[in-house]
Amino acid sequence: MTRRVVITGIGVRAPGGAGTAQFWDLLTSGRTATRRISFFDPSPYRSQVAGETDFDASAEGLSPREIRRMDRATQFAVVCARDAVRDSGLDVGALDPHRTGVCLGSAVAAATSLENEYRVLSNDGEKWLVDPEHLSPYTFDHVVPSVMPAEVAWTVGAEGPVTMVSNGCTSGLDSVGHAVALIREGSADVVLAGASDTPITPIVVACFDAIKATSTYNDDPEHASRPFDASRNGFVLAESAAMFVLEEHGSARRRGAHVYAEISGYATRCNAYHMTGLKTDGREMAEAIRAALDESGVDGTAVGYVNAHGSGTKQNDRHETAAFKRSLGEHARRTPVSSIKSMVGHSLGAIGSVEIAASALAIEHGVIPPTANLHTPDPECDLDYVPLVAREQRVDTVLTVGSGFGGFQSAMVLRRPGTAGASA
Amino acid sequence: MRTMTIDDLRTILVSCAGEEESADPRADISDVPFDDLGYDSLALMETGARIERDFGISLPDEVVAELRTPRALLDLINENLAGAR
Amino acid sequence: MRVHVTGLGVTAPNGLGVEAYWDAVLEGRTGIGELTRFDASALPARLAGQVLDFAAEEHVPNRLLPQTDVSTRFALAAAEWALADAKVDPAALTDYDMGVVTSTASGGFEFTHREFQKLWSRGPRYVSVYESFAWFYAVNTGQISIRHGMRGPSSALVAEQAGGLDAIGHARRTARRGTPLVLTGGVDSAFDPWGWLAHVSSGRVSTGTDPGRAYLPFDTGARGYVPGEGGAVLVLEQAEAARARGAHRVHGEIAGYASTFDPPPGSPRPPGLRRAAELALADAGLTAADVDVVFADAAGVPALDRAEADAITAVFGPRGVPVTAPKSLTGRLLAGGGPLDVVTALLSVRDGVIPATAGTTDVPDDYRLDLVHGSPRGAAVTTALVLARGRWGFNSAVVVTAVPD
Repeated sequence: MTRRVVITGIGVRAPGGAGTAQFWDLLTSGRTATRRISFFDPSPYRSQVAGETDFDASAEGLSPREIRRMDRATQFAVVCARDAVRDSGLDVGALDPHRTGVCLGSAVAAATSLENEYRVLSNDGEKWLVDPEHLSPYTFDHVVPSVMPAEVAWTVGAEGPVTMVSNGCTSGLDSVGHAVALIREGSADVVLAGASDTPITPIVVACFDAIKATSTYNDDPEHASRPFDASRNGFVLAESAAMFVLEEHGSARRRGAHVYAEISGYATRCNAYHMTGLKTDGREMAEAIRAALDESGVDGTAVGYVNAHGSGTKQNDRHETAAFKRSLGEHARRTPVSSIKSMVGHSLGAIGSVEIAASALAIEHGVIPPTANLHTPDPECDLDYVPLVAREQRVDTVLTVGSGFGGFQSAMVLRRPGTAGASA
Repeated sequence: MRTMTIDDLRTILVSCAGEEESADPRADISDVPFDDLGYDSLALMETGARIERDFGISLPDEVVAELRTPRALLDLINENLAGAR
Repeated sequence: MRVHVTGLGVTAPNGLGVEAYWDAVLEGRTGIGELTRFDASALPARLAGQVLDFAAEEHVPNRLLPQTDVSTRFALAAAEWALADAKVDPAALTDYDMGVVTSTASGGFEFTHREFQKLWSRGPRYVSVYESFAWFYAVNTGQISIRHGMRGPSSALVAEQAGGLDAIGHARRTARRGTPLVLTGGVDSAFDPWGWLAHVSSGRVSTGTDPGRAYLPFDTGARGYVPGEGGAVLVLEQAEAARARGAHRVHGEIAGYASTFDPPPGSPRPPGLRRAAELALADAGLTAADVDVVFADAAGVPALDRAEADAITAVFGPRGVPVTAPKSLTGRLLAGGGPLDVVTALLSVRDGVIPATAGTTDVPDDYRLDLVHGSPRGAAVTTALVLARGRWGFNSAVVVTAVPD
């Protein structure tokens, strides 16, 4: 019999709030948390806006040693993991370490620390050779990012499968999908899964400048992220993290845990087309959606809300709209679709997990977060994108999707516990 | 006065985005569509950025994105070089 | 469902291509030498396992050269060779029936170092459009997928040196869950000046200056490891699918896989390598007595060598199984290391010979290991266990078995 996997704990750090409650409050109020970049002087850059997260590592309970050795993205992951465990009510001391795993997603991992170290080692790029005198003892940890899941594993003493899934901008969906597979196949009973990225650093801003993928609404940072709007001109880079406690359903029930949602289906496909480009037909994302629904044992008409990738680039929003129509047919037109990136920006590999959190909370609270900044839809984006204002509506089945460089297209289905076919 | 030749442009294109192994180095590519030459939008962005830096000119993104052939790009570059004198 | 290996591709410091590599391994030819990528003369550690005979323009489409790091070029070449070895024509198969699962520990690091330098010495406008993907850890999966039109479930995993075995394990999982063919493996390369210093910052890199004596796993003179570059890619297929398409050769079966993680630093609990080995054997439905050879992780650091020796003797008993570490000829390839060892294990199965651990001559008695060193040992090999450990506590194990004709 198939083992089923449920979410019993959530931890989020995202722009606009310090925890899950504030995150959800931001989303349902329709406020935006993007702003002019303050971490460095953005004036030489094409895109000068970002979703920055006000994060005080000490106040979050990290020790000076932890702060010194961990990159910012690792700090986010560890803090979210601790939150998720607390939220789940799990007794860490009672966990079987051998049956506990970690799957962490990240696209650019320790970019911030690498850049800071590079500037010192090279005297701001003076020479190709770098100066060993200024070598940090943590450089290897920042080049090889699997230290991130290791740090998360140490927070709960996990000794089961521990890995990092780094699939670019679908990492946050794929790491959770990977964790679900581990529990289903019996390699673990509890997995701390999620993703973290803190890419607001000059090298990352510059590389998205180069491909002109990021928004240039520099004079209006709060309204720079405009998914599905005719005036959208790119995504807004952001930093965030979300971690979950995933458990085998039976053991979650036995300990009386609160279940947010079952992860009933997941699939990923590649477009094998282009490292950054998308075909307009949405074929591979549609296939991933179809496969995820199939694994869930439901058809497209069961979907009550689609949490879109909705990055706000010209090509993504059309690609994705086509994929929804292709996979859900006429039902796509009746289904609310929204992009929380309009409010918290696009945190690369982390956002998939942050969007899983939003999807689970939509089921929990019966509220669909809106797409902010959507005033004049692109005529080619002609679905119900829940503009501006959150919608109170019971949702039993959520589809959340992601799309990323390398051609990755991923889809996940979450269901309310107790829904027909879902775990009670 | 500086002007760019098709050979100069080809050299820059190859450096920024390579070329097919089967490409004939003596063939005139001026009017062969970028699509047929295998240069996608990314290749043209890299090429455009290189030319902007090396020649101190500005090639608007929206304009470059609409160009279909090396000749059209070359004309745009040379207009800019003439204007920049 | 059984998953077979039908194709192999290798880019190793001591040989390009499977047969060149295997010849070098059996003859004990090392790929370790003075680092030549930049002037390292002032550095304490200067030996590396470099792939010196790889002319990228001969093995990678010209179109991809401007946008790829050296590591991605290794991955593309190894993938193509593996497909050629398997005689697979991806264009003849259904796109969704082929996936790609790779591992890298350092991504396109030399490429990104160059872009960091352009950014900080010249300004943001000098950063290449390709930086947005040439660096990231999913680049090899994406590029291979595009090159061969593979649209099935695909992924990229990172777990330092253990990641390559995790990729193979996940590729097997992917095949078992319904994707008939999965290309898998790992590569790494970070031998630019910054990447090299990162290796050195790990504190485990050998400062030896004699290429034959710098990396001596399980030797009393072990003094650290030599970093290497390159790796291997394998074609995995559902056994039925391989048979159905008339695959001309099966190198072996990926019969078992497991991964575990060590307890937090300072914990009195035991490390997880032994458990990974036992779980992988159980997954394969085998016992220790079935194993003909163990390809060790072979850290080359005394405390880590001892821990591995303890794990092996706990599973197999004292001197209970031949153990070897041909990676002493290549250095440690991070994500490339596990897949290269799996290839080596499959070749051992094919040719009935266990390659030697190079360099090592004096194994401490209390390691209680039957370490194959000096020269290769002829032995019928039907089952091999491959171990890998990644820094910070990752342990992975793969069991390969012979498939009778």
